[in-house]
Amino acid sequence: MSGFFNSSIGRKYAMALSAFFLIIFLVIHLAVNITSLFSEDLFNQLSHFMGTNPLIQFAMQPVLIFGVVFHFIMGFVLELKNKGSRNVKYAKNNGSANSTWMSRNMIYSGLVILAFIVLHFIDFWIPELNTKYVQGDMSGMLAGEEGFRYFEELQHKFVEPWRVGAYIVAFILLALHLLHGFTSAFQSVGATMGRKKTMKNIGKAYSILIPLGFIVIALFHHFNH
Amino acid sequence: MNLTLKIWRQKGPQEKGKMVDYKVSDISEHMSFLEMMDVLNEQLVNSGEEPVAFDHDCREGICGMCSLHINGEAHGPDRGITTCQLHMRMFKDGETITIEPWRAKAFPVIKDLVVDRTAFERIQQAGGYISVNTSGNTQDANAIPISKHAADEAMDAAACIGCGACVASCKNSSAMLFVGAKVSQFALLPQGQVEAVDRVKNMVAQMDLEGFGNCTNTGACEVECPKEISLENIARMNRELVKASLIKF
Ligand code: HEM
Ligand code: SF4
Ligand code: FES
Repeated sequence: MSGFFNSSIGRKYAMALSAFFLIIFLVIHLAVNITSLFSEDLFNQLSHFMGTNPLIQFAMQPVLIFGVVFHFIMGFVLELKNKGSRNVKYAKNNGSANSTWMSRNMIYSGLVILAFIVLHFIDFWIPELNTKYVQGDMSGMLAGEEGFRYFEELQHKFVEPWRVGAYIVAFILLALHLLHGFTSAFQSVGATMGRKKTMKNIGKAYSILIPLGFIVIALFHHFNH
Repeated sequence: MNLTLKIWRQKGPQEKGKMVDYKVSDISEHMSFLEMMDVLNEQLVNSGEEPVAFDHDCREGICGMCSLHINGEAHGPDRGITTCQLHMRMFKDGETITIEPWRAKAFPVIKDLVVDRTAFERIQQAGGYISVNTSGNTQDANAIPISKHAADEAMDAAACIGCGACVASCKNSSAMLFVGAKVSQFALLPQGQVEAVDRVKNMVAQMDLEGFGNCTNTGACEVECPKEISLENIARMNRELVKASLIKF
């Protein structure tokens, strides 16, 4: 199969597989975060479980990191290769006549998402690593106070308006990325079901509802802390 | 109609080209786009200038020779047609029309609007054929049962005329609609099964070697294709390649 993954189609396949993985990941991530809207307790418990369970920390998390890194590096590789396939540009090119804006700008929506991921890592992931593995505090408790720290930290992060704004912009771009990407990934793996009406509608619903969910969470904690 | 034409002029493959403005007048809206180009060329010849080189042959939408990127779209603004089938009534009097050759690294310009599409031929030669006994004992193709559905889909795929509009329209200069059609036309039929594994592998390898880009499923090719070849053919080619790679790696 090594020849397969070196071919243009094989690379597309790998791209789509990493994308499917990210699509599933987003559902899980949103499912956990959404509990913070109605139950501080449940959110704390789920976060503690996710943050300390060895299977998730040492098996799923590395796979996730690899999935994200693979996805955007492959995205860049394909983009560069594709740009190089047209060495002289058209003086006039009417792209909107035959394709959607989303489909033509995956690299740009992707870059915004990437910038967001960097911010998100600085916001949550690096402090988590620091608390748990550098300082060795696996308790998940607030320093000097009663109860878990996760909910407090989450609320705290959404105090500043610029950060809430950045999150909203990034999630709108994620929606645009997915509006093309969701059905595109099916096509890449050769599944024509991506072209059927039901699947297109599921794709649209997913692409709008998932990012919207994250936006609602950010706004909710901005106005309720 | 009176029109201003902005046309890519390039003396030869190594020469630097540029857009040049021309004016044509009294163009009938019933003319085809190529007839309008003929009028321009007559004008140029009469005034001692070099006529604009462009590809054409059948002038009835079946050979795939005519090309041209017109006002930013392959074969111009109309759908399901080649440039020879494009009528001047699609344009307005006084309009400026931009005319460029297909742009892709794998389709280098030979002269003006003529590009070298032999990359498609090399892809075809890599696997776009079936083996048939020609010793006089050839089996009648009609004696092999084929479902109506498969026959229809194979026929639709076989409608591809190899014009290259898919490559020209694709933001990635990908040839996957063309190759997808050529792979599908055989993959759907019993006659194509003998070479199925090698066909898809070799044709995709040749496509990559020629320097065409990767499909990102924008669907521009399907919209601009004069024969309305479906994206499903790309999905089928992808499945065929996975299958072939699992069988023989
Ligand atoms: C959690 C975040 C992300 C999700 C859920 C996601 C999802 C997707 C999906 C479903 C596709 C379609 C795959 C296909 O057509 O086979 C895709 C394609 C793409 N993604 Fe992402 N993506 C994410 C992050 C990123 C990032 C950070 C980048 C960075 C540049 C990026 C760049 C691209 C590019 C360039 C493509 C088009 C490549 C192609 O179609 O061949 N994506 N993405
Ligand atoms: S798939 Fe359509 S656009 Fe591409 S070469 Fe064949 S007929 Fe032309
Ligand atoms: S000249 Fe033959 S298809 Fe246009």
